[in-house]
Amino acid sequence: MQKSLQKYAAVFLFPTGICFLIAFLVPFVFGLYLSFTQFTTVSNTRWVGLDNYLRAFTDNGDFLNALWFTAAFTVVSVLTVNLLAFSLALLLTRGIRGTNLFRTVFFMPNLIGGIVLGYIWQLMINGLLLGAGVDITYDPRYGFWGLVVLMNWQMIGYMMIIYIAGLQSLPGDVLEAAQIDGASPWQKLWHVTVPMIMPSVTICTFLTLTNSFKLFDQNFALTAGAPMKKTAMLALDIYNTFYGRIGDEGVGQAKAVLFFLLVAAIAFFQLWLTRKREVEQ
Amino acid sequence: MKKPVKQKNGWLISLFLGALSLVFLFPIFLVLINSFKGQFYISDAPFSLPNAQTFSGLDNYKNGVEKVGFISAFGYSLFITVCSVAAIVLFTSMTAWYLMRVKTRGSSALYYLFVFSMIVPFQMVMFTMSKIANLLRLDNPLGIILLYLGFGAGLSVFLYSGFIKSIPLEIEEAAAIDGCHPLQIFFLVVFPILKPTSVTVAILNAMWIWNDYLLPYLVIGSRYRTIPIAVQYLQGGYGSRDMGALMAMLILAIVPIVIFYLTCQKYIIKGVMSGAVKG
Repeated sequence: MQKSLQKYAAVFLFPTGICFLIAFLVPFVFGLYLSFTQFTTVSNTRWVGLDNYLRAFTDNGDFLNALWFTAAFTVVSVLTVNLLAFSLALLLTRGIRGTNLFRTVFFMPNLIGGIVLGYIWQLMINGLLLGAGVDITYDPRYGFWGLVVLMNWQMIGYMMIIYIAGLQSLPGDVLEAAQIDGASPWQKLWHVTVPMIMPSVTICTFLTLTNSFKLFDQNFALTAGAPMKKTAMLALDIYNTFYGRIGDEGVGQAKAVLFFLLVAAIAFFQLWLTRKREVEQ
Repeated sequence: MKKPVKQKNGWLISLFLGALSLVFLFPIFLVLINSFKGQFYISDAPFSLPNAQTFSGLDNYKNGVEKVGFISAFGYSLFITVCSVAAIVLFTSMTAWYLMRVKTRGSSALYYLFVFSMIVPFQMVMFTMSKIANLLRLDNPLGIILLYLGFGAGLSVFLYSGFIKSIPLEIEEAAAIDGCHPLQIFFLVVFPILKPTSVTVAILNAMWIWNDYLLPYLVIGSRYRTIPIAVQYLQGGYGSRDMGALMAMLILAIVPIVIFYLTCQKYIIKGVMSGAVKG
């Protein structure tokens, strides 16, 4: 069958392949090249070696600041989203009344787009800060915690669904055996349930980690980096560098390459780490 | 699914989750009540209900719809999302099937390229992609469908491939012996089997494309506004923007999503569940 199928290669591969080439492969390779050049449009490039990469760190402190802000935000939101989502999943798998309704409500924010979410929470947070006579742009800490709350609101329902799927596939006899052996509820949770749903933990940490690290729309709408670019995350800083000042496009592209390398490194490290734990159980 | 069991303290948990649901819904409720207030009464007292003085009826909605061209934004969003999702489902399933059934060095290299593209953040290619789109005249609602097919191919090919691996070859071989050529095998035999994955792929891509801001903004944003671009468009200088119109647009942006969610909830939750179990 392989032979006859190969004659149809063009039909099966061409539409996806050509679009993949235009939308991803060529822009990716071209982007790598541009990060070593100075340019304002794509036709007036001048080779500058590693200059752009150096300038990403030395022109101003924006990139490093964005890096720390993003790292701190990612750590806090991965922990809070997963803890809360897992707790909700535990409560929603006990067969209590209204389970379906609660699941529907908690998941809904996930479908709303980042820009819209950002403005919804801007209204909320500015309203809460009204008593103190300030708004979210007053202090970077407000923007930070605002983003954390927003991220939790958006992602908890999604992760909860995945944890519920994991919990529902647990074999009941293992938990019963633990019960008969006299394990306390806490011991059952920590020594039986958690190790057995490690595959779900892998997926959820992976999704929250990469989504937090790559966050753009929510950041753009909620604070747009205010005050003074202090709450700009990496994706927003790259956007600002590209479209902020003419002549900095190369620096923006260099930052984008570094961003890509970071995302790739984090993704592989996380998968390697949690996969290892899955095997051990 | 477990049967509902009588739990001690079950009502207490229900009560707690009920309260939490209200907390979850509150931000949307807040935007809703503010969308009926005059634009100058929003920032000063967002938590108060509209009263005789501040109530502005549907003015904000009329205003906003006119200002951002919401009707056409809705049309563009719908057109781009539906066509892109259809293209992705059709073409990436074909590609994935080919790559799983033809084992050559080239096909596995292409497969790994698709997987690789999943971890590349959009910022890496946003500048060059929008330049190439300009150059090739893809900067219109039709052309952007090709970009979505290309950029969304990674995840979709990956999801389809995972499922195709589990389909026994015998079914397809039987069809081949009966004289089907590959296109017939794919559309009459394989594609129907792929339906659950197609639902997952469609849901995940629809969620992404409907809400996507940066790609359409950079490629077609100067001439065509999708809904996220229309919402962002209201953000003039800080303070000078029309808060009333913004609130109304937020509500109009949420309503179609909520309707879609409540009607297709079963598929969406299933799609998200099986989309996640991809490792």
